Amino acid sequence: MSDHNYTPSSKFGKWFNDRLPLLTLANHLTDYPTPKNLNYWWTFGGILTFCLITQIITGLVLAMHYIAHADLAFSSVEHIMRDVNYGWLIRYIHANGASMFFLAVYIHIFRSLFYGSYKAPREIIWILGIMIYLLMMAAAFMGYVLPWGQMSFWGATVITNLFSAIPLVGESITTWLWGGYSVDNPTLTRFFTLHYLIPFLILGLVVLHIWALHVPGNNNPVGIDIQKPSKDTVPFHPYIVIKDLFALLLFMIVFAFFVFYSPNILGHADNYIEANPLVTPAHIVPEWYLLPFYAILRSIPDKLLGVVAMLSAIFILAALPWLDTSKVRSAVFRPLYKQFYWILVIDVLILGYVGAMPAEGLYLLIARVATAYYFLHFLLILPILGKIEKTTPLPLSITSPVLGGSADLAMAKNIDVRKEKL
Amino acid sequence: MSDKEKPNRRDFIFTATAAVGVVGAGAAAWPLIHQMNPDASVKALASTEVDVSSLQPGQSITVLWRGKPVFIKRRTENEISEARNVKISDLKHPEKDEDRAQNPEWLVMLGVCTHLGCVPLADKGEYGGWFCPCHGSHYDTAGRIRKGPAPTNLEIPKYEFVNSNTIKIG
Repeated sequence: MSDHNYTPSSKFGKWFNDRLPLLTLANHLTDYPTPKNLNYWWTFGGILTFCLITQIITGLVLAMHYIAHADLAFSSVEHIMRDVNYGWLIRYIHANGASMFFLAVYIHIFRSLFYGSYKAPREIIWILGIMIYLLMMAAAFMGYVLPWGQMSFWGATVITNLFSAIPLVGESITTWLWGGYSVDNPTLTRFFTLHYLIPFLILGLVVLHIWALHVPGNNNPVGIDIQKPSKDTVPFHPYIVIKDLFALLLFMIVFAFFVFYSPNILGHADNYIEANPLVTPAHIVPEWYLLPFYAILRSIPDKLLGVVAMLSAIFILAALPWLDTSKVRSAVFRPLYKQFYWILVIDVLILGYVGAMPAEGLYLLIARVATAYYFLHFLLILPILGKIEKTTPLPLSITSPVLGGSADLAMAKNIDVRKEKL
Repeated sequence: MSDKEKPNRRDFIFTATAAVGVVGAGAAAWPLIHQMNPDASVKALASTEVDVSSLQPGQSITVLWRGKPVFIKRRTENEISEARNVKISDLKHPEKDEDRAQNPEWLVMLGVCTHLGCVPLADKGEYGGWFCPCHGSHYDTAGRIRKGPAPTNLEIPKYEFVNSNTIKIG
């Protein structure tokens, strides 16, 4: 870790730092030693921070014009779109920002899955990340309800009804969530309040997530521990900062494409119809980032079990550090895991696709097979794979694969042999 | 040493303080939790009277009661006999049609799918009753679940005929 004996150079800085060591913190963050082999998949942490801040700022501004009332919400959103100066821009950034946030978080999660970043000693970072992901889904769902269009209303109805599947107390919980006997004005006002609150909870968890990251330091593409900090790492600033900024610029191009050229492509046309409690749209679909879980929900022909399966699909991720029994982190050295990893990626994409399709016929069959495989991957394949897989030799240090050299490889093989003997 | 192992008066005071604290925190939390339950103004809208004189056999209307749609259907002879001739053992949620419709001609039920709360569409589905477009539940002419993920039949609210033309729901 960077040195905590840091002393500010200026007299005022020293005086201040003795009373509140903010400058020590800033020094730790700039000097933070980062593995020098990090690739671009590692830039999504910074991109996600950008997404969170963008959502908070645009959301704050939208809340100045939005009216959380069942009779006024829909027209206040149209008011933002038509009358408020740059209201269209701010709302489109906020609405597409949610999608961009999820795009980045899925890449971030799948990066972690590929390089084994969830494994010891980084389990707490991973679990904090899953908690952030859960809060993101809650925030996104409630935010989608606020415009009070048809999809808002019926999405809220379907999701809150999930709680009615709980035996005995389900109905009371649903009524309590609604503040009435159906989704109505009390539901809207509380969703608005919680939608405003959750990003700040996420911000708090992000601080813990980064704090927990800075204890062991970053994982890296070869997934081995850092041997010599001086040789294997670079300071966070300027090396990683510049790399993150460059990746962020590329990401913002994608972001801007959606905002300026197809701001509604990720939404549903039905949400431009005001909420009507008497008519359900013919085809209710959640936002794209929730589709895989929606497919799992619908693939089970029983209400309670469907809800249980959907929630398990998310919570199973929290147990991942203990389900994956392999000590080797990076998939680069796990020839079998690498294949199963890509099968899982395809499986989740298939779930997302069938989640958007009607739940009948062939789609239902595919959804069932894909759901079964999803659980199979985590509950059966991963625990067994760690026991039987023959991993390829790990390099001696993160520097050696870059520098090459047969000596290093030979030594690495020796170490592997020694490990096997142990 | 033996003093540490045996619970002493101080341990008792700690436990008692913690217990009072938990009860106090619970009591303080209750108003904060209960405020989310339906308020007095929501509860006050508990009943609705509907004039059904204009309905012909085969027609239905949908009215709003407690924010939820209620289907009022004047059934045809065919629909009634279809509903009554079903073997009870074939049903997922066995209920006799006689128990669902006070007056066989009139079916009054919540238009809320018991799966996840969508509004089923009338005169659709494989059983000639209702079909929920969200997740594919089929209901028969008595509003009983026949196929799909919904666990129970469409709910029958409390209702009564005030006179031959008016139904009071709630």
